[in-house]
Amino acid sequence: MKSNKDIRVVVGMSGGVDSSVAALLLKEQGYDVVGIFMKNWDDTDEFGVCTATEDFDDVVRVCNQLDIPYYAVNFEKQYWDKVFTYFLDEYKAGRTPNPDVMCNKEIKFKAFLDHAVSLGADYLATGHYAQVRNNDGHYEMLRGVDDNKDQTYFLNQLTEDVLAKVMFPLGHLPKSEVREIAKEHGLVTATKKDSTGICFIGERNFKEFLGEYLPAQPGEMSTLDGIAKGKHDGLMYYTLGQRQGLGIGGAGDPWFVVGKNLKDNILYVEQGYSNESLYSDGLVATDVNWINPDIIQDTFTCTAKFRYRQKDSAVTVTLLENGKVNVVFADRERAITPGQAVVFYDGEVCLGGGTIDEIIKNDQALDYVG
Amino acid sequence: MEQIYLDHAATTPMDRQVIDAMLPVYNEVFGNPSSVHSFGRKARQLLDEARRTMAKSIHANEKEITFTSGGTEADNLALIGTALANQHKGKHIITTTQEHHATLHTVEHLEKQGFDVTYLPVYENGKIAVNDLKEALTDETIIVSIMYVNNETGIIQPIEEIGQLLKEHQAYFHSDAVQAYGLLDIDVKDMGIDMLTVSSHKINGPKGIGFLYAAEDITINAQQFGGEQERKRRPGTENVVGAVGFQKAVELAMENKEERRNLYLNYKNLFLTELEENDISFEINGDHESALASIVNISFPGANVESLLTNFDLSGVAASSGSACTAGSVEPSHVLTAMFGENNECTTNSIRFSFGLFNTTENVEAAARRVAKIVKRLTS
Repeated sequence: MKSNKDIRVVVGMSGGVDSSVAALLLKEQGYDVVGIFMKNWDDTDEFGVCTATEDFDDVVRVCNQLDIPYYAVNFEKQYWDKVFTYFLDEYKAGRTPNPDVMCNKEIKFKAFLDHAVSLGADYLATGHYAQVRNNDGHYEMLRGVDDNKDQTYFLNQLTEDVLAKVMFPLGHLPKSEVREIAKEHGLVTATKKDSTGICFIGERNFKEFLGEYLPAQPGEMSTLDGIAKGKHDGLMYYTLGQRQGLGIGGAGDPWFVVGKNLKDNILYVEQGYSNESLYSDGLVATDVNWINPDIIQDTFTCTAKFRYRQKDSAVTVTLLENGKVNVVFADRERAITPGQAVVFYDGEVCLGGGTIDEIIKNDQALDYVG
Repeated sequence: MEQIYLDHAATTPMDRQVIDAMLPVYNEVFGNPSSVHSFGRKARQLLDEARRTMAKSIHANEKEITFTSGGTEADNLALIGTALANQHKGKHIITTTQEHHATLHTVEHLEKQGFDVTYLPVYENGKIAVNDLKEALTDETIIVSIMYVNNETGIIQPIEEIGQLLKEHQAYFHSDAVQAYGLLDIDVKDMGIDMLTVSSHKINGPKGIGFLYAAEDITINAQQFGGEQERKRRPGTENVVGAVGFQKAVELAMENKEERRNLYLNYKNLFLTELEENDISFEINGDHESALASIVNISFPGANVESLLTNFDLSGVAASSGSACTAGSVEPSHVLTAMFGENNECTTNSIRFSFGLFNTTENVEAAARRVAKIVKRLTS
């Protein structure tokens, strides 16, 4: 067997605490660690400043502390073509996309993995909170032990052959311990704030950002029964179940987005958190990926997440043709949103996932969700 | 695995003799050259000697040499200093699209201060055309700044012709000779060069020192303020030990100029031959006949800079490409873009190899074999 020093591990380093500690742990285990910073988005402003500059600077500091080589690679074009274009297309279609899922699938664990392999890497490591397990020759993905940080939701499109080349050194650690390790070693990123939201938007106003790329088409807001409730700023700015920013005052329960009519550019709203129109009892997902297709039966029960950090719900999954699945909820669910990922679990094992396409209620696809 | 350095255009290792010249100064000479006592005089003596050596190396006189912290500062002082002092004669500056950023970003700064800048185009051979300069000159032109040798391609520019042309014009001719100095014969008076930038660490001297030659009759506004040092052009206590090391490096370069040229050219040819023998498909960027002995810029069709450089480094070969952006990621080279236009493949698949003191026949051959192996793997 190869000793660790002969095993080259390329670590995707963002300049954050997680990937810093991932590199540190691998270095301590004696691997031949190489740190690589990915630049996927050009947000250089008029003064020539981009957020990547500062992040890369942190990568440099951490790598020098760990005494590992560091490099950068530019995937701006691939990111634009594969992730950002999809992101805009989904918004144009009135859906709420998840660019992180696509970024993991197309960039981090495809283009970047290829790059790592071209550098002679045996493994690619990232600071994701997830675990890879070799189960009798089959590579499985398990949730990270920190329930609150588990990132398998975003990794649902990975395949077994990718997982065979991947390490998640933080999967068995709680986030608090990761910060603790970073502090103990005096890493410059130990107290750095976690990035939030969509990476390329960063701290900016989401509405303004989207408006720069897609023309907003303001229109009517109404109840499902057609009672006018004012104006909306453009359907793309709203997601199902949303309460904020509707501008409907008055007495009674708050108002929520319950649907979109793309054809007539109408935003549907209803009153009350538990409004019946927000509930459904099943969905159809497309582009479904199974990490270990061999263990998947035509119909089976498991648990599922419909949004990141949600608790699991019991579901029954039935395979359809063309990578689609039908998912029936054990208990009805609120505000299932087209464009988001549905991810399936068998206990701690992430089975895979897909993109929510249709919402089902009483055996019918809801026509008002967009 | 032996680490092999093929990036002498970025910086060079110090010559042992340079270090030996500096050590006694560290040990024995700590005085401030401006002081009016024996300690100060001792330091001043060393500084004067160094300055004389610099002057002699380009056929200037010692009053025309201003020590700076390096090439960047010399470029800044030359451009901003003369632009501000001579703006009553006009506000037009001519430079080229392939200059080092020490020049480009400085003239951009001057543009914001109201100066007009013309950027001469660069052709596929890597040179500017003197005719373009002729046409760009106006009565308002006060500075023409054209690098002696391009740092990425190694292509030598038509400096003598430019100097001749400008002898009849009010514009001062500044040349950044950071790459050229030490390997090419430079006679500023003969060549009509009014200002010349030189850096120590490119010729096996210490980092942190360089000089600006400026002909005696040129008025330059200082860019920093303080004492009377460097004839008030560059206040601040002088870097005496650096000047002594720089002096030694210059002496060695002048003594061995031709020998070095031949040696480095041999290394370069050996490297290219080895690539050819390994059946690597590559192209040399720019007119190779006009290149400095020590530099070659090679395009590897089908590869990309990031993969190449990272693989080279991981296999112990240090080379470089165009300018790295601050986020570490390699942006297309502005020099190759100037030569071949935007989106030309070679702006993102070209590597600069530069040879020098670190090299031996053996390590150049070994490096070429490693490079060939990587290029084969990445392009097959």
